[in-house]
Amino acid sequence: MNLLEQQSDERLIAVAVLGDYEAFQELISRIQDRVFATALRITRNRADAEDVTQQTSLSLIENLASFRGESSAAAWILRIATNHALKLLRKRKDLATVSCDVSSADEHDGPLPHPHYIAQWKETPELLAQRADVRQQIDAALDQLEDSYRSVFFLRDLEDWSVRDTAEALGISESNVKISLLRARLMLRERLTKVFGDETTRVFPDHQHE
Amino acid sequence: MTCDELLKALNDYVDGTLDLTQAECAQYAAHLAGCNPCQIVVDNIRGTIQLFRAGQPFPLLIEFQDRMQAALRQRWQEKFGVRG
Repeated sequence: MNLLEQQSDERLIAVAVLGDYEAFQELISRIQDRVFATALRITRNRADAEDVTQQTSLSLIENLASFRGESSAAAWILRIATNHALKLLRKRKDLATVSCDVSSADEHDGPLPHPHYIAQWKETPELLAQRADVRQQIDAALDQLEDSYRSVFFLRDLEDWSVRDTAEALGISESNVKISLLRARLMLRERLTKVFGDETTRVFPDHQHE
Repeated sequence: MTCDELLKALNDYVDGTLDLTQAECAQYAAHLAGCNPCQIVVDNIRGTIQLFRAGQPFPLLIEFQDRMQAALRQRWQEKFGVRG
């Protein structure tokens, strides 16, 4: 019988901050899979995601006392994890980018990727999500997105971050967040519909409205 | 309203943000009612978001968990002393 298991995450933090390691362990065991999933979505790499998971957990030991309860403990921890993951991604990018790269500010100005393959999906998202092969398909679609689009899609649509918070975390403008999200959604839609679309319901976009 | 105009405002429509006036909302709804391709695109995008949200997380490897536990215990002892 372990009473810790019945405590809320927030209560575990309050106890852990006094030096109770078991409470801290319980908190980590509850949240570590979600931290890892968050890190994996951003870094796309298991070793990096493990690094981020460990860094996040270690930094929690130092920062437990700074939890203010303004959001849930889980949301607070996932935000710390996201910031660690983004930092790591930026470090990788800095190492990989050549100094003459001046195009990044303009890459969002091109025309929107227009929907091309338009068809209803053969199955509902709920049913699709339960299939192992679908998991690979959606990961592959995500892998094809540029880092900047993927991070915006992830923070806005999967983590429910606000436009302002996303802009701040990624160091880009709010309007850039909005247009990147639209592009990410359109690109993912296109790829997934090619895989999951029902050919018999396909319609063509080349029509006129008055 | 054209399909292009709807495309540009797709986020606001899909998210139901408050940036849209009632009149704009009515315009989009009217366009969608008469435009099957746009309807499907909106539907697909909602499905895309739902699908990613529904994904089950990958589990952590046991060996990694053990390694992390050891690192955490050590850091904890440094901060709080031997307790735990």
